[in-house]
Amino acid sequence: MNAPFVPPVCAEPPVKRGQREVFCGLTSIVWLHRKIQDAFFLVVGSRTCAHLIQSAAGVMIFAEPRFATAILEERDLAGLADIDEELDRAASRLLERRQDIKLLFLVASCPSEVIKIDLVRAAARLDKRLGANVRVLSYSGSGVETTFTQGEDSCLAALVPELPAEPASAAPSLLVVGALADVVEDQFARLFAELGLADVRFLPMRRAGAMPAVGPNTFVLLAQPFLAETARVLETRGAKRLDAPFPLGGEGTTLWLKAAADAFGVSSRRFEDVTAPGRARAETAVARHAPKLAGKRIFFFPDSQLEIPLARFLSRELGAQPIEVAQPYIHRGLLAEELALLPEGLRLSEGPDVETQLDRCRAERPDLTVCGLGLANPLEAEGLTTKWSIELLFTPIQGYEQAGDLAELFARPLVRRSRLEV
Amino acid sequence: MRLTLWTYEGPPHIGAMRVATAMRGLHYVLHAPQGDTYADLLFTMIERRGERPPVTYTTFQARDLGGDTAELFKTSARDAYERFQPQAMIVGASCTAELIQDDPGGLARALDLPIPVIALELPAYQKQENWGAAETFYRLVRGLSGQKRERASRARPIANLLGPTALGFRHRDDVVEVTKLLESLGVDIGVTAPLGATPADLTLLGEADFNVVLYPEVALPAARHLEKTHGQPFTKTVPIGVGATRDFIAEVAGLTGRGAEETGEASRLPWWSRSVDSTYLTGKRVFIFGDATHALAAERIAREELAFDVVGLGTYSREFARELRERAKAHGLEALISDDYLEVEAAIAAARPDLVLGTQMERHIAKRLRIPCAVISAPTHVQDFPARYSPQMGPEGANVIFDAWIHPLMMGLEEHLIAMFREDSEFHDAAGPSHLGAPQAAAPAAEVPSPPSGTSKPDAAAPIWRQDAEKELKKIPFFVRGKARNNTESFARARGLATITVETLYDAKAHYGR
Ligand code: SF4
Repeated sequence: MNAPFVPPVCAEPPVKRGQREVFCGLTSIVWLHRKIQDAFFLVVGSRTCAHLIQSAAGVMIFAEPRFATAILEERDLAGLADIDEELDRAASRLLERRQDIKLLFLVASCPSEVIKIDLVRAAARLDKRLGANVRVLSYSGSGVETTFTQGEDSCLAALVPELPAEPASAAPSLLVVGALADVVEDQFARLFAELGLADVRFLPMRRAGAMPAVGPNTFVLLAQPFLAETARVLETRGAKRLDAPFPLGGEGTTLWLKAAADAFGVSSRRFEDVTAPGRARAETAVARHAPKLAGKRIFFFPDSQLEIPLARFLSRELGAQPIEVAQPYIHRGLLAEELALLPEGLRLSEGPDVETQLDRCRAERPDLTVCGLGLANPLEAEGLTTKWSIELLFTPIQGYEQAGDLAELFARPLVRRSRLEV
Repeated sequence: MRLTLWTYEGPPHIGAMRVATAMRGLHYVLHAPQGDTYADLLFTMIERRGERPPVTYTTFQARDLGGDTAELFKTSARDAYERFQPQAMIVGASCTAELIQDDPGGLARALDLPIPVIALELPAYQKQENWGAAETFYRLVRGLSGQKRERASRARPIANLLGPTALGFRHRDDVVEVTKLLESLGVDIGVTAPLGATPADLTLLGEADFNVVLYPEVALPAARHLEKTHGQPFTKTVPIGVGATRDFIAEVAGLTGRGAEETGEASRLPWWSRSVDSTYLTGKRVFIFGDATHALAAERIAREELAFDVVGLGTYSREFARELRERAKAHGLEALISDDYLEVEAAIAAARPDLVLGTQMERHIAKRLRIPCAVISAPTHVQDFPARYSPQMGPEGANVIFDAWIHPLMMGLEEHLIAMFREDSEFHDAAGPSHLGAPQAAAPAAEVPSPPSGTSKPDAAAPIWRQDAEKELKKIPFFVRGKARNNTESFARARGLATITVETLYDAKAHYGR
């Protein structure tokens, strides 16, 4: 599986430093707080940080959220307030309201980092003070350090030192890393069980008390492409990372499962048998949308870090033609297998200047533009068809059973545009 | 540090963005990290704008800190000028950039751009969105409106409309409605700003005879400046509601020295409210919370124009706390001045109103407490930008308000039938208003949960309900049940009763029914 990295043919656009149009890592709290059901995320930041999460969460205000912001005020900046005391007070008020919280994350922001509030130390102190009932950890979701989904990487990396250690004598286990919808996680767990992998764990875990153990016999399979730091710290704990494309689309899911199956010595016969029904279902479901997407020219603005795997899925399984694929940053190590599957002739770009990228997009007039929420309506108003990418993080899209849904997410804007007569 | 779950207002630079986005030909260069670009979606998604806000963010990263962030700002500002060719530019810092103290104003001046560049100082750790909008508008007006000039006397006086911004609650339609109203009063409109104005338009502000302040939260500092510098008086009444519109017309008549004869169409609200079907609205208990302008307007409408009982009045606009406190006091209430969502939630739960008039935040609270709700103020969401014409101001605004507030409530006759046949399988009290469809019908008996612990004042003397009394209470339709519960409890408390029996319930009913 560990194919050497062959860069696809791509004319990289001229590098010009310019405005980036992408959320910061705090945004990932929106899905992480639903995933870890007894965790609370306390951002130490400004009113802007509070407003960002609230705006990104948008319509998700159903239940009382398990996140909040400790907004820094003038007296905190002037050093008039004791940050420790202030944090203690905020944490106590939260935990009083929510006795069910077992894991508290202190999340650093740009302001807390610029004024150098040491949240690592603060978390350790609070952790001690609150006793065995509540674990307190910290990580950075700041916009000067992280973009959008990188916030999840930062959060999971902070969890790694907390995972119980497993001795070298333990039986091999698989650790699937990256927040997945519960339904997707359950599907994967069933597939792995059928493949005969006895011990499969997931990070993030659904409850703080169920942290998966890790050791030299742990194989790590990343379910999301933006988890470079998490992968790195897992490796420092002895775990071995499996190289694979990501489980988007039928092909991606098969190759992803295969990486694990090979590591565990599952026979190809068994692998065939176990995956055949899923592969067939994915193929049928995806094929239904292929006529709508075949030959369509697709342009990606940088947003979720899923752009490269998505471009691979759209081109190989739906016959679409990605023309520019941009990511906030490109981690070539983790994406090696994906990059090798990309078609020739597309343009890859890393953290481009939004203005010049808009110029390229307008010049290309793609059939479908994948972009963030800030750009979607303005581009639609210019007559372009768009797919807003944040939905890709809030929708179950991985695995065989979701491959059709994933294709549909891209087909829908095209269908809609063709149906509207106004 | 202030613990915040949800915020009513964004940081002050969001206010500046609301002004910049409302205008044309103005560009805002904001020194900010990449995550702050989220603000674009407020305008493109919530308000469905078809254009990006005219904002360039410098998006500095950790590696820029301590190095060349100032240079980055200058490059961004220069590039933005060249690309967008604005008539004027505003520059400033977001919360993070404020800490690195690069002085965007000074840096921009050093670029020597051939257009007016106005520096904004918006202290992100002290102030909030509306203040930011007001300050930005004031700076623009001060910077561009020029010197006082001679105004020729005209047959038809001219007024500027001040205050409407992007993302404002119904600002788009209020402008149309008030323009119509003023024209019917023989007044022509000079400049409407910020919404739709260019920097060049702002240089014409001084031509008008007076200013109309639509939204004091945004326009007051600018209006005061124009009064001082250009000798233009400004209106103090915000024409939301029939009574306020009448007062506004009188105020305009006073300013123009003409008669107060309105030639436009009158609102239907007075007759709709007097018609017998509306009898059932009498004494409905409403809780009002919003920005100061809309909360004050709603209070008056509720009391004078719909004969509701106002059981709670509050605002998150601290700048206008005094006015609101006075009004509340005049009507025997204590105003809730807070931007703490939890505090507002506790107050609503404690007041057990029949209807909540609030912001999107209160809509969520009301949903959770299963109380009908209508939105009257920002913060807004996508459904507060309807496709149809729906102002809040002027005669049509009053019509819109009547419909919007009455819609969530049970219809009059329906309410009676439920009271009569409360054991009926369809007409039982858990069956929500019939015109609102199934989802609400599934709501269980609308018991209002007690306020979340730790946020309300502990009420040691709360009398205990005996089971039979509690059961009897449930037979009372839910829309008056909260009131019955409150009344009974205060009745019991006043008499030092520790438990409430069926007798107490009916004693209280008789007592309050007098
Ligand atoms: S970019 Fe920084 S300041 Fe802005 S919301 Fe994100 S963490 Fe907060």
